[in-house]
Order: sequence, then C-alpha cells, then structure tokens
Amino acid sequence: MKRIYLDYAATTPVDPRVSKTMEPFLSENFGNTMSLHSFGQEAKIVLEESREKLAGVINANPNEIIFTSSATESNNLALKGSALASKKGHIIISSIEHHCVVESAKWLAKNGFEITEISVDKFGKVNPEDIKKAITEKTILVSVIHASNEIGTIQPITEIGKICKEKNVLFHTDASQSFGKILIDVKKMNIDLLTASSHKIYGPKGAGLLYIREGINIAPLLHGGGQENGLRSSTVNVGAIAGFAAAAEIYKKEGKKENQKLIKLRDKLIKELLKIKGSHLNGDPKKRLPNNVNVRFDFVEGESLVIQLDMHGIACSTGSACSSATLEPSHVLLATGLKPEQAHGSLRITLGRWTTEKDINYLLKVLPKIVKKIREISPFK
Amino acid sequence: MKTKNNTCGGLYTKKVLETFKNPHNYGKIKNADGIGKVGNIVCGDVMWLYIKVERKPAFAKGFGEAREIIKNIKFETFGCVAAISTSSIITDLVKGKTIKEALKITKDNVIESLGGLPKIKYHCSVLAVDALVEAIYDYFLKNKKLIPADVEKKHNIIQKSKDIIEKRYEKWNK
Repeated sequence: MKRIYLDYAATTPVDPRVSKTMEPFLSENFGNTMSLHSFGQEAKIVLEESREKLAGVINANPNEIIFTSSATESNNLALKGSALASKKGHIIISSIEHHCVVESAKWLAKNGFEITEISVDKFGKVNPEDIKKAITEKTILVSVIHASNEIGTIQPITEIGKICKEKNVLFHTDASQSFGKILIDVKKMNIDLLTASSHKIYGPKGAGLLYIREGINIAPLLHGGGQENGLRSSTVNVGAIAGFAAAAEIYKKEGKKENQKLIKLRDKLIKELLKIKGSHLNGDPKKRLPNNVNVRFDFVEGESLVIQLDMHGIACSTGSACSSATLEPSHVLLATGLKPEQAHGSLRITLGRWTTEKDINYLLKVLPKIVKKIREISPFK
Repeated sequence: MKTKNNTCGGLYTKKVLETFKNPHNYGKIKNADGIGKVGNIVCGDVMWLYIKVERKPAFAKGFGEAREIIKNIKFETFGCVAAISTSSIITDLVKGKTIKEALKITKDNVIESLGGLPKIKYHCSVLAVDALVEAIYDYFLKNKKLIPADVEKKHNIIQKSKDIIEKRYEKWNK
C-alpha cells in the first residue's frame, strides 16, 4: 500500500541535500571541536559556519546562538536557565505551551518560583494586554510559543515582545514549529530568547538551538567542558548541526515558494473538510501555520480516526491523547474552550515539502467515508 | 514514498486491529429487552449495549430449569480502537449464551479473546463487561425479576460514574 505522510509537525524526513551535507561527519570529519589539532579545528570551522548560517536566518549575531540537542533542551535551558540566574521570581507562560515548557514551569513552581498561566481565546491566541496585566515587579520571564504545534495558531509575538521590553522582562518564544516556516527577525520582534529545532525543518534529529540575546545572563543546566560559551557542556554534535544549518539555508532559499504551495493545499483541504457534516476548524482561520490543518468531527473519536486513516496508508495525528501515555485530552484544545469530547475528536493534518495535491485528494476521498463509518458505530448521531 | 507493509498501531495486537476494522454486531436493536449504557469518566469513551433475550421453558415439568438465552446483542460505542474492539468481542462472547453464563464473563476473558490489550487500555475491557452487566440488570428490572445481590452491587458502582458521563454528553445525547 502507498503511504502518505501528513504529520510533518511531528517530525520531517531529512532532505536528501541535507543528508549529503552530513555524510562526511561520521567517519571523515569526525574531530572534536575542542581539540587543537587539525581534526578538531576542521570540525570547529564547520560548527562556526553553521552558527553563522543559522544566526542569519533570524537576524541574530552568531555569538548569540547556542546549540543544544533538541527544542526540549532549549526550552528547558531558557526557562530554568533564566530562573536560576535570578534565583527567585515570577514567570509567565501561556496555556497552550508545549509540554516541555509546561513541565519546566511546573518544576520551577515546585522549586520556589511563581508561575502564571495566561489563557487564550477560542482560536488559541494570547491577548498581549493580558500579558501586560500579569507582569509584576517580580516577573523575570515571559514565555509564549510562536506558533502552536497542535492548532497552528500564530501568536502576536512582536506586540508581546514590545511589552516585555518596555517592562524590562525577558521574553522567550518557542519557535519549534515556526522556525523555517515563517519569517523571524529577533530584533524587530523584540525577542530575547528563542528556541528552534532541526528535525521540524527537514534536518536531522538531535540538534536544536537557543538564541540568547547578547548581554542576557542565564545559568547552564549541563556542566562540564564549557562548550557553547559555557552554557551547554557536551561534545558538540557537528554533523547534526551542519545538517541543521543546511536545512535552514534551503528554507531561506526556497521557503517563500514552498509556503505558497503549502498555503494553497492547506486552504483547499480546510475548505473541503469543512463540507463534512458536523466538522469544525480548530485554531485561527487566518493566523495559522502554512502547513497546519486541525479539524474535529462531532461524535467521532480521534484515535479511531487516526488508526483508520493509517489502515488506508495516511499518517496524521490526533488532539486526543488517548493513543499516548495519558488518557486526558490535549491541554491546548481544552485551553481554547473545547469540551473533552470535542478535543477527543480532533485530527491534526500537517503538510510538508513532499505533499502533493494528489495526496490531499486521496485524503479527501477516504476521510468522509471513515467519519461516516465511525459515526455509524457511535451512539451519538 | 516507498511501499511497506502497514504496521499501524504497534500498540495493538493483530486481533484488536482486525476487530476494529471489521467490528461485529454494531448498531441498535429495536425493542431491546435490556440496554446497558456506560462511560469512562477519564478518557470519555461511551458504550451502549443492547440485548434481546429468548426464554426457553424447562425441557419438561421437573426436568431442568427455564433458560434465558441472549439471542441477539448489538453495540454502539464512541471511543478509541480498544473500546470498539472490546465492544465487538463481547458481543461475540455473549451471543447465544444464557444470562447466567454471560454474567460469568470477565474483563480477562475479553482481553484474552483480543490476544491482549495495552495496560493503559484495560479499562476498555472493564467498560465492555460493565455494559453487559448493565444490559442484563436492565432486563431483570424491566421483567420484574429478582436481581442477584452481586449484580445489584456492580450496578450501583457503575451507576456512579455513569451519572458523571451522562452529564458530560448531555448535548449530544438527545
């Protein structure tokens, strides 16, 4: 059976051009960037070139980029690192953050920090005024996800950044889903800390970055050899970082055209899916990621939908957590005001570089039949 | 993309996935003799079970006792793969059995018949057994039969979580 991958928000395949860039770093250019000899220095050069390329994508200086192993690590470092550097204080997050931000905040709350969660509207959007009101004298950091990994809503980052700047509070944004999809300028957007990930943009897994604006003091979480300006000890994963940089360069060159294609496919998909009876769009109809579609169907449970689609060769994911380690529905969907049973029926379809119109047409052919069948089994009609 | 065998739901056994793909006995029974409606408050799954009972008299006066056979059974379920599979399998297990025999079916029988379930989905097998108990309870009640103490006890426990779930689905449940 032909398989169609429509879960690009979960992870992406490595672009063949990126794999090619990475090839020499296993056995050829394998040096440790901290070594003084030529092997080490060759690796060091690649590392610094990669830093420069990635900094260029977000209008940062190369010395403001710290490489990590993942977006989860970057978010942990941003929250815990800035908290530990100020020893005590108040942190503001939104109610639709990724688990790694939520859990880091919870951990900080257990360790004496005060946490405020800002609610969102029905589209999943944060009102910057709410942030303004929540900032107190004790506030050290505001962290708001740039674009939601689940519902694709893009936040008014520039406005939030401006407020934080005026109030002299650090502003972090988790850009794991937006980096490499929408334009980011850390200076114009008043961003102090920014998380980005490689494997969401056709780069390899195992590489992420944290942008830290020059002059900001944060404490490291990993102590050791003092790599990455003392902020992230560990032997540097040069191959993955080179791949990350190569992936970002491709976006820089081709992103605009790619987005046009994705937006066209996304809008067609949304339009057609909403023709199914009892279907609703989750997230903002306009301010959303070019590749994100999130819909729900009344009387239909998400896991059943995902597995049925998989049986037809289509890979998507659900807002229902019923298929994962917990049974509770997604906190993001609940935060937008959905009831648990509505959140359980949500389907996330995320498009990418190799998605074709034919794929979308196939999905549109299969999905209504599956929804109909699940509804036949359901007691609610 | 390359063609590969479908490996969907590595989480579930082949039997679960087959059952989910082609569930048996779903739908309503009009004029059912007993209906069991249950729900899980944590994950939100809802299961409705309908039974049709046929009374067979004793073979002859003084020989054997009258038997009540579940002639037909159907389900309607809103839930995950495991919930739909356990619903289907319990209808297979029950069909043709006497009420007495049906009441002996346990969650382990359900799990075994599906070749196993992930631990986090065990509650789906409990839900299926609860739905059956409720359908039989409803049958006893409608026919003014003496309700065995253990069935009454189970019913009281199930009823508590049912109230919560019914409130949640009020809008859909018209």
